[in-house]
Amino acid sequence: MRLERRHETSRAALVLAPIGAVLFTMLVSALLVLWAGAPVGRTYALLLQGGFGSVFAWSETLTRAIPLILTGLAATVAFKARLFNIGAEGQLFAGALAAVAVGGMHGGTGFELQPWLLFPLMMLAAAVAGALLLLGPALMKNKLGVDEVVTTLLINFIVLLGVSALLDGPMKDPTAMGWPQSVSLQPDVELGKLVAQTRVHTGLLWAVSLAVIVWAIFKYTVLGFDIRAVGANARAAEFAGVPVTRTVVMVALLSGALAGLAGAIEVAGRTSYVTLDMSPGYGYTGIVIAMLAGLHPLGVIAAGVFVAGVLVGADTMSRAVGVPTYIADVIVAASLIAVLVATLLTQYRVRMTK
Amino acid sequence: MTDLLDILANPAFWVAVLRIATPLILGTLGVLLCERAGVLNLGIEGIMVAGAFTGWLAVYAGAPLWAGVGVAALTGMVFGLLHAFLTVGLALSQHVSGLGITLLATALSYFGYRVSFPKVNTPPTITPFAPMDWLPLPILNAQTSLTLFALLLVPAIAWVLYRTPLGLALRMVGENPQAAESQGVSVAGMRTGAIVAGSALMGMAGSFLTLSAFNAFFFNMVNGRGWICVALVVFASWRPGKALLGALLFAFFDALQLRLQQSGDAVLPYQIYLMLPYLLSILALVLVARKASYPQALMKPYRKGER
Repeated sequence: MRLERRHETSRAALVLAPIGAVLFTMLVSALLVLWAGAPVGRTYALLLQGGFGSVFAWSETLTRAIPLILTGLAATVAFKARLFNIGAEGQLFAGALAAVAVGGMHGGTGFELQPWLLFPLMMLAAAVAGALLLLGPALMKNKLGVDEVVTTLLINFIVLLGVSALLDGPMKDPTAMGWPQSVSLQPDVELGKLVAQTRVHTGLLWAVSLAVIVWAIFKYTVLGFDIRAVGANARAAEFAGVPVTRTVVMVALLSGALAGLAGAIEVAGRTSYVTLDMSPGYGYTGIVIAMLAGLHPLGVIAAGVFVAGVLVGADTMSRAVGVPTYIADVIVAASLIAVLVATLLTQYRVRMTK
Repeated sequence: MTDLLDILANPAFWVAVLRIATPLILGTLGVLLCERAGVLNLGIEGIMVAGAFTGWLAVYAGAPLWAGVGVAALTGMVFGLLHAFLTVGLALSQHVSGLGITLLATALSYFGYRVSFPKVNTPPTITPFAPMDWLPLPILNAQTSLTLFALLLVPAIAWVLYRTPLGLALRMVGENPQAAESQGVSVAGMRTGAIVAGSALMGMAGSFLTLSAFNAFFFNMVNGRGWICVALVVFASWRPGKALLGALLFAFFDALQLRLQQSGDAVLPYQIYLMLPYLLSILALVLVARKASYPQALMKPYRKGER
């Protein structure tokens, strides 16, 4: 088998490749539905309906999409510079915890400030917490050549254990009947609802704005150029005078901050306190979303909404026909692999050789 | 302090060390084989989950224990073949392909478990491997034959790597694929073989958890062990003997933190002790990084005729 570079790749192919790949994945996943003993057509119909079929479905899907778009952006920024940040999960929790530490209510953890001052301070703290968490691995990669994938992964476990210790100790809500749950945010720094009577909150506007900002950074700034240069070929970039270390540091700060904000916005918009199960792996799913979007910041919005819809729809579907909700995770993971292959095929032709 | 000595003097402690080390030995050898041929395999975490699940399911369905281990190895090979297709055949990012396989293998295992046991809260159990109490050796006679297998595999793999033409070819493919190709070695074939064999070991590492350490399949039971294997390979400088040493050292600290946590007079929250293995892994990576002798072609896709 041999790969030959195609001379040109059409724009249509680039957009259609991920869509085709996802459809292919759904087709293959139908075998799993059959294994679970459910009718394929009805299962998929219920899945789509549960994710996108009503105002309620959309509101749930968009609510779920908020942290996914943010962790998707975090992965996009880092991956563009070939900094494989797999630590978004830990950064998300660090951000959530920082937000509560600044804006928490009882237990004396938070500050007593006017909301107009406290809210930005809270978001800043979350962004800094996430950013600092990625800075170490990024510098270790750049200066010592330590693979950042392994370090960021291991740090996730450390952070989660740290969160668990804090939720048992200093950050524990004394009124939570013994549950490991942090103190709550002051109500005046919580995010408002975007649509009344639903769970969608104004965090959606944050997520979408940040996606546009990241897109603008890539497209219009020197930093964006440097990031792409480092991602394409770090050594060539160094030779061409791109400040590689500074770029990697900026990427780490930006990526970590986005993941940290994901945690803060989840807390401020949805839960109001931190628990260990506040994220069912949003950090890891963000990686898939970034890849589905072809590392395009605006594509991350679409990919985030799609994945959120599948996850939400699977819950509804599972209750109705009893196919385990894990099918959503299978579809998401298999989509990642299928999209990788499909994208490759838009750039290369496969020739069979003996 | 006396506590610490008490712990170290107790043979049960060393039994635990060897038991905790076993999946790490198997997994680390698996990663080592892949990386020696130039391919990173981050699918390990998911492959271990899948191996733990399928091996256990086979035994639950009535297969003998060793057949269960075989099924787990086969499961690993299937995912290894997928990884080889993506990274060797299509030259896709080894990082992303591996992570994708971890997500896929984990999701498929959890899905399969839920389909097979829809309404069970306590997982059904099997009769796991029995300790080899016929052995006249202390500590080892409290282990199961899977541990013995893992221990014997270390010199076996070292011998293949350093003393056979196959091992030479494999190392060459990881160091200098152009040179290997010019010597008539098929780079793609060698790498595919190494990934498939390594992934089989990863699947077996997972099956140790369900067929020997425990007697059932739980969610999150692999819990980062795969990632630790990836760190251990760097720590071991890609050498089987040092991999064994690293796994044992690691298991030593893991067992120690468990005891300290249980000894009651722990001063720190238990989570701090649980962090130790991960902190230690990062420390090991940093300490070894400077003199790390990576296989030169690690993570570099090879295309015939291209440089």
